[in-house]
Amino acid sequence: MTALTNDHDIHDHDDHHHHEAEAADRYVFGFWLYIISDCLLFSTLFATYAVMGQSFANGIMPGELFDLSFVAVETALLLLSSFTFGMAMLGANVENMAKTKFWLIITAILGLGFLGMEIYEFVHFSHEGATPQTSGYWTSFYSLVATHGLHVTAGLIWMFFLFIHFNRDGFSNENKIRLACLSLFWHFLDIIWICVFSFVYLRGAM
Amino acid sequence: MVQTDLIKDPHVLTGKLHWGVIPFHDPVVAPVMFAAILGGLMLVAFVTYKKLWGYLWEEWFTSVDHKKIGIMYCIVALVMLVRGFSDAIMMRTHQALSTSDTFGQGYLPPEHYDQIFTAHGVIMIFFVATPLMIGIMNVIMPLQIGARDVAYPFLNSLSFYLFLVGALLVNISLFVGEFAAVGWLAYTPLSGIEYSPGVGVDYWIWALQISGIGTTLTAVNFVATILKMRAPGMTMMKMPVFTWTTFCANVIALVIFPILTVAIAQLTLDRYLDFNFFTNHNGGNQMMWVNLIWAWGHPEVYFLVLPAFGMISEVTATFSRKRLFGYVSLIWATIAIMLLSFLVWLHHFFTMGSGASVNAFFGIMTMIIGIPTGVKLYNWIFTMYKGRVELTASMWWVIAMLITFTVGGMTGVMLSIPANDFVLHNSMFVPAHFHNVIIGGAVYGYFAGFTYWFPKATGVKLNETLGKWSVALWFFGYFFAWVPLYYTGFDGMTRRLQYIDNPEWQMSMYIALIGVAMIAGGIGTQVFNIAWSLYKRNDPQYKDVTGDPWDGHTLEWYTTSPPQFYNFGDVPYIKDRDPLLDMKQEGIAYKRPEKYSRIHMPKNTWAGPVLGLLTLPMGFGFVWHIWWMVIASVVAIFACWVKLNFERDKDYYVEVPEVEGIEGEFLKSNAGRSYYFEKNAKYYKKWKPTDQNDSTVVAK
Amino acid sequence: MSSTKTGPGGQAHGSVKEYVTGLILSIVLTVIPFYLVMTGTGSDTFVVVTIVAAAIAQVLVQMVFFLHMNGSSKQTWLTVSAVYALFILLFVIVGSMWIFEHLNHNMLMGH
Repeated sequence: MTALTNDHDIHDHDDHHHHEAEAADRYVFGFWLYIISDCLLFSTLFATYAVMGQSFANGIMPGELFDLSFVAVETALLLLSSFTFGMAMLGANVENMAKTKFWLIITAILGLGFLGMEIYEFVHFSHEGATPQTSGYWTSFYSLVATHGLHVTAGLIWMFFLFIHFNRDGFSNENKIRLACLSLFWHFLDIIWICVFSFVYLRGAM
Repeated sequence: MVQTDLIKDPHVLTGKLHWGVIPFHDPVVAPVMFAAILGGLMLVAFVTYKKLWGYLWEEWFTSVDHKKIGIMYCIVALVMLVRGFSDAIMMRTHQALSTSDTFGQGYLPPEHYDQIFTAHGVIMIFFVATPLMIGIMNVIMPLQIGARDVAYPFLNSLSFYLFLVGALLVNISLFVGEFAAVGWLAYTPLSGIEYSPGVGVDYWIWALQISGIGTTLTAVNFVATILKMRAPGMTMMKMPVFTWTTFCANVIALVIFPILTVAIAQLTLDRYLDFNFFTNHNGGNQMMWVNLIWAWGHPEVYFLVLPAFGMISEVTATFSRKRLFGYVSLIWATIAIMLLSFLVWLHHFFTMGSGASVNAFFGIMTMIIGIPTGVKLYNWIFTMYKGRVELTASMWWVIAMLITFTVGGMTGVMLSIPANDFVLHNSMFVPAHFHNVIIGGAVYGYFAGFTYWFPKATGVKLNETLGKWSVALWFFGYFFAWVPLYYTGFDGMTRRLQYIDNPEWQMSMYIALIGVAMIAGGIGTQVFNIAWSLYKRNDPQYKDVTGDPWDGHTLEWYTTSPPQFYNFGDVPYIKDRDPLLDMKQEGIAYKRPEKYSRIHMPKNTWAGPVLGLLTLPMGFGFVWHIWWMVIASVVAIFACWVKLNFERDKDYYVEVPEVEGIEGEFLKSNAGRSYYFEKNAKYYKKWKPTDQNDSTVVAK
Repeated sequence: MSSTKTGPGGQAHGSVKEYVTGLILSIVLTVIPFYLVMTGTGSDTFVVVTIVAAAIAQVLVQMVFFLHMNGSSKQTWLTVSAVYALFILLFVIVGSMWIFEHLNHNMLMGH
């Protein structure tokens, strides 16, 4: 199975496997293109954050609120979840359903932990007087971090439905495609988070 | 009184809606509204009477066939062209009347006039140019690369319906409430809630947001199709030029539409939840909106024009009876334009005040992007040079394009000089320039392609005489309409003027009005031409039985017109940049293959129309703050999505006997096709086939 | 790359060794900037440069060890599209920052 372009089903007779492989290749590549476009979505939010990074409008400053040890735990959760998803992929490569499901559940728990912490943080910040309405800075902060959080939420919902798919059809071709796409998505969110903690939290806390 | 209360405190069931928002008493809109409702009812009655609903649902609405989706895009685009152009007529007549002593101040009040120029821009770019282009791409691109459909047929259907919902929202705004009165790009802070408290900007937001997401999905779809589904043997450097430009255009769209999505979402948050992205207070930054909207908006222009360049290339090569001059240079020029298009956006706001070094950089980049564009003009001219140019209607469009676009390009170079912008910014010169390039470059290109590929999509050739008349009317009409406005722009007339108090500009406005009347004639001729040719579809002069009416070079002419649902009975191995020309020269075109294989095809699906159209109540609910409607639609969309996800049985096989039957009939009935080729064969002989072992292949 | 098998979309399959290496490298590259900022070690410029360098390094680590991108001929389009996205992303972010720095300077805003 390769990313070559000419292997579609025109000259394929009854080669079912070939057709499946071609479909998997095509769908995962399409999802990769979606990731590219999502990447630009985040870069626009980062650009807004960069431009509005000093627009405090006499509101509360990020340095007063950011708790880096809290962020470090969030980061650890998401980073570990990226690793555990990798373990799930290794399970899927050898079609070991128990292993795949076990690591996916661990991944989901870590993801939920991350999301819970983020929601707690937002509530906490709001109580301290930093809402999106406070200033341009907080507007851009919330929109950037929350968009990442919404993506994580979408990933968790996806994981839930993937479980149902696994229970129904096991390692069918379609389910393998779904898992491969979700894996791309999850690792991508981890990469975005690296940029968030570096350029938003660490830079903001300095 | 009631109205202001509802804006502050929307009703639980009806949001901000009340009877007052429907313009029963407006002398212009009310008759249009009643006519539209009456026309719509008659159409529904007709379809019901003819018992066509089942046919339409089975064969069109739920279809995932790229050709049918493409045709639906084109139909909606042409309807919207009429809508957008009536806005243009209203602006021209209003401005002509508002300068004269006799008629005083025109007939449109400022709030209405402002909505008209906003609607005109939005409709023409998003709901005419974009869908017309995507429609033609949809029909032709998969055929050119020998694919059976696009990479994700369902996604293609969904994209269409998302676009359709955007178009519907714009049209609903005409009769329920109002449209934005802020210019087509809705500059902040004017478009913020403080200065535009009405629902107009919200219509703008949701129409563009929903259709923009559709365009992003289309981009993913087409890029994957071109990279993954080409016929065997077709390397990147053997792809037809139109496919190349489609590829580059969608590669642009893939990365710019997310920028638009974010910018609109930010404006939405500002308006709905009091965020501070673009506000005047609390550290908002209005210029960030202008920055983001043009970071999307300038590459968007190239997204629109590149496929038109591809269409021009195909038409020129075919009707010059030559291979395209400088294929490789044309491809690299396209790639260069694609990359440079991301580095020029600031030229839309040179006067913002970001200073000399920033302006100089973007000014120079703007001049540089003119170079690859110029390369293409020479490619087309040299393709015609010493060719046997056949002046068909599509070739007339090409020549109209070459002249008009060159003029537009030159005024563009004038505007690329930042110092000039401090005089010309926001003057009538700017609309004159961009109409010059968009009409002259993109629209004429689309019409050339439309005329050229119409027989492929429908099996019917358009009337040549009527086609040439519409070129002539458009071509001269354009210069009548816009040269006077170049002049008034230089003379200091600003854009978007509802009232003109300078009597010196009166004559210019009258000449421009003559121009717009001529263009109206051009559009009328085109619409009539389509109707007339389709009416005469069985007349031998109009019917295309051969599948190859122009003696084409590329793979789309290797099948029936219109193509079968599976496109090709058998896809040949591609050895040449002009595969069909190559096969004709070797004498192996249109021969029965040794054996047919069964063909794998996607099934139609309810999900495209249902999922797509459910965003309509969602958008409408958001516009009018009817929250139950928003929640219900979102829940319904999610439920349908889940249902779709758990469906099996999404594809089927066309078995060999069926393919043999259909193809055999086609091969039997096309005895006439060799005539065209023999007539032209001698002209091709001196042009050697392209290098077989192409070393410039970008990637496999 | 140790693995020769490839998955859909030209992606290579990973191995336990790869994932563990990726995880360890990521932890190191996360701990360094956090440590510098939380303890206030080093000058501001030094810290900012380290943050940026660590972030870029970690993104690359994850692309290689978690996403298994290796630039092989089977991944031509993955690599080309990633480089393309990187360029456009830099145009948008750096371009906006540059434009607004000059604007703020000329308009005497902030600073």
